[in-house]
Amino acid sequence: MATLASGLSAANPVRARRRIPRGLGAVSCLVAALLLLPLAFLLLEARQVGWPELSQLLFRQLTASLLWNMVRLAVVVTALAATIGTGAAWCVERSDLPGRRALAMLLVLPLAIPDFVVAFGWVSVLPGVSGYGGAVLVMTSGLYPLVYLPVAASLRGADPGQEDTARTLGLGPWRAFWHVTLRQARPTILAGCLLVSLALLAEYGAFEILGYQTFTTEIFTEFQVRFNAPAACALSLVVVLIGLVILAGDGALRDRGRLARAAHNSRRVISPRRLGPWRWPVLGAIVGLIAVALGVPIGVIGYWLVQGGSSTLPQSASVADAAGHTVLYSAAAAAIATILALPVALLAVRWSNRGVRLLERSTYIVQGLPGLVIALALVFFALHYLPFIYQTSGLLIGAYAIIFFPLAYVAVRASVMQAPAGLEEVARSLGSSPLAVRWRVTLPLVAPGLAAAFCLVFLSAVTELTATLILVPTGVETLATQFWAYTGNVSYGAAAPYAAAMVVISVIPGVLLGRWFDRRPSRTGVRS
Amino acid sequence: MSAISVTDLHKAFRDTAVLRGLDLEVDLGSLTAILGPSGSGKTTLLRLIAGLERADRGRVTLAGAVVDEGRRYVRPEGRRVGYVPQEASLFPHLTAEQNVAFGLSRAARRTARVTGLLEMVGLGGLGGRYPHELSGGQQQRVALARALAIDPQLLLLDEPFSALDPSLRATVREEVRAILVETGITTLLVTHDQEEALSVADQVAVLRDGRVAQFGTPRQLYLDPVDLEMARFLGDANLVEGTVEGRLVQTPLGALSVRPSPTEADPLSGPAVVLVRPEQIVIAAASAGGAPGRVLHSEFHGHDSVVEVASETPMLRGIVRVRVQGAANLEPDALVTLSASGEVRAWPKPAA
Repeated sequence: MATLASGLSAANPVRARRRIPRGLGAVSCLVAALLLLPLAFLLLEARQVGWPELSQLLFRQLTASLLWNMVRLAVVVTALAATIGTGAAWCVERSDLPGRRALAMLLVLPLAIPDFVVAFGWVSVLPGVSGYGGAVLVMTSGLYPLVYLPVAASLRGADPGQEDTARTLGLGPWRAFWHVTLRQARPTILAGCLLVSLALLAEYGAFEILGYQTFTTEIFTEFQVRFNAPAACALSLVVVLIGLVILAGDGALRDRGRLARAAHNSRRVISPRRLGPWRWPVLGAIVGLIAVALGVPIGVIGYWLVQGGSSTLPQSASVADAAGHTVLYSAAAAAIATILALPVALLAVRWSNRGVRLLERSTYIVQGLPGLVIALALVFFALHYLPFIYQTSGLLIGAYAIIFFPLAYVAVRASVMQAPAGLEEVARSLGSSPLAVRWRVTLPLVAPGLAAAFCLVFLSAVTELTATLILVPTGVETLATQFWAYTGNVSYGAAAPYAAAMVVISVIPGVLLGRWFDRRPSRTGVRS
Repeated sequence: MSAISVTDLHKAFRDTAVLRGLDLEVDLGSLTAILGPSGSGKTTLLRLIAGLERADRGRVTLAGAVVDEGRRYVRPEGRRVGYVPQEASLFPHLTAEQNVAFGLSRAARRTARVTGLLEMVGLGGLGGRYPHELSGGQQQRVALARALAIDPQLLLLDEPFSALDPSLRATVREEVRAILVETGITTLLVTHDQEEALSVADQVAVLRDGRVAQFGTPRQLYLDPVDLEMARFLGDANLVEGTVEGRLVQTPLGALSVRPSPTEADPLSGPAVVLVRPEQIVIAAASAGGAPGRVLHSEFHGHDSVVEVASETPMLRGIVRVRVQGAANLEPDALVTLSASGEVRAWPKPAA
């Protein structure tokens, strides 16, 4: 018989482990299966092509040179983005730089401008910006926020007590920062670098404009220009392999980062480090960065809008028409992705066990697949098995929903965590039926997160180019396809209104959304 | 008629049995504390009574109506049981007022009932605040008002004070007790804090191994623990050895009268273990009669002190704790003698 005294040492009471509701489990499995379909279609296509042909297509000079192009770009851009992103994050979060609040917002914005628009900005004004150098410039200035954002967040959340402790142990201020704070931010920086690599792997439009040959440009050419589906399929396999390797690295980092995270119960205001005589040079550098990353693309669009004149500008009706399609497809995809994310997030948050975690992991795989590959896989499938859905808006919306599912999932998962099961139980004991509880408690708590998920997917889908070019229904124009058509003809003045429309539709609501979420009081802290 | 009647209740999660045939009867209008260490099944019992879990076996009856037995099961929203969980669990998207009004019908929300309840828990004027704008103690009180709003036949409090600051805990506890006395509602309070259970409750049920090990008034539990285990669990206890002869037990602390056990029919005799509470022992100068000892140190608590005395007498089992009124004027290493008085409980000495 266990005694009371020994019972006292039992640390955790047994927590109720309820069974997973069957419907929820089944729907979540379906969602995971749907997300894995593109990968399955790709492998199916590869099997049809057959290994002899695949190996012939893979093991040739072209693959090696594409790989080399990818690697030399990834190494340099990732290193630059890490340096710039971390440095800027430190300056904004920890130094006494003037105007930090405004800079913090401006530094993130380049993320919202599609890289092909940035490339267009440079090339249309300075045709010399092209090839490897151009790719490094454009991609670095477009992707450094992927490092900046998480590092800034981690610097904000880091426990200043640890740096203080290091100081009392005899380290100077810079060494304390280097050995304690930066050391802790390292997983975050690395995770940001992996995101940069994934974005580089998936980018198509910017490289096409800059004339820099990568896997995506080659796959696109093989498929759309040479109608050589087997070659496109073979190269896609390589891209997927690289993407999954990067993703595995990211997963490993996440697992370690979780262990290393400290408790955030003591938030103190950190007194900013004085820059002294460096103040103005540093400010100049950051303003320069913003000018390059944000000023150039927006300025050039403005220049062409003014320069273009009425002769080359497309009729405003056609811009509105294209914008209408873009908004329609993006909104539909955003709604679908958000709805698909909900059951999986609910399952993962409320009933986490080994099987559920595996299911959740499998949905992450989509992140490693470039939009181009997902679009191609859907085309392969449609052409072989369901020709009537090829070039329908449904297929395009479906592709968007799959490509941007991970964005929706992150937001929905966070929102489901705002509605713990305990609140629903209290509501039940107060006399509400299960349905009334969903309506009066769960929905209001989850709704802001669902709205955020919808917006994230919507904004990203508006600026999607690659999958759109492949899947857009015949005769339909969207902002991205029209922009692309005019840019291809070097009609920069005609392309500019479409770029402007994309930026207006995606960037401005994005900024407003970000500010709204920043300002909204956190209603989640249980105790003040 | 009992307000709560629980019979042979069983509940297991996966392979872990939490409740193993628990029985409990709670009188109408009483405040009963469920006391037990973590993992003893306190919260599970509460959740079963609230209807948030279903029993594997056994019966739960509320005010004469069976709410859980076999296939019969009344859902939580049909039980009129107020439930205040550990973390208050206020709805974060609703103001204090809206939280309190949550369980009320549309018509009742418009009456003065909500304001009245908020005033009763001392939060008049704060109804417009959101939970994150309230302190921990205020949140607990809103949660209490919310549970009382549905006019429950029974109130369940799951460690409602454990999330509060220790300095705040006693005050909020007293306020809550006053409110409960005022409303006269039957209340079950789960706690692992024995001081809380003994000071607040009319009755205490001590859970052990998924059953009620002892049920009674705080006084009964303190003076008449059912076994040695319980004696050690509740309050400071000196367990000394002695020999029972008739109604007296001979110990190094003197001859003490044995209180007859309410459960065991046979009178005890022979070697025994005796429970002597610290306040029953008197410290005297070394020259006086009694067991000799040496002061180790004393803890000063303001109203009293607890002095630890090391004893060479084997039957005292090492260290004896003594409660002394006010500040004990005893230096460490002072030589003293100990004697005891009053009634004690004794159990047969376990075979070594």
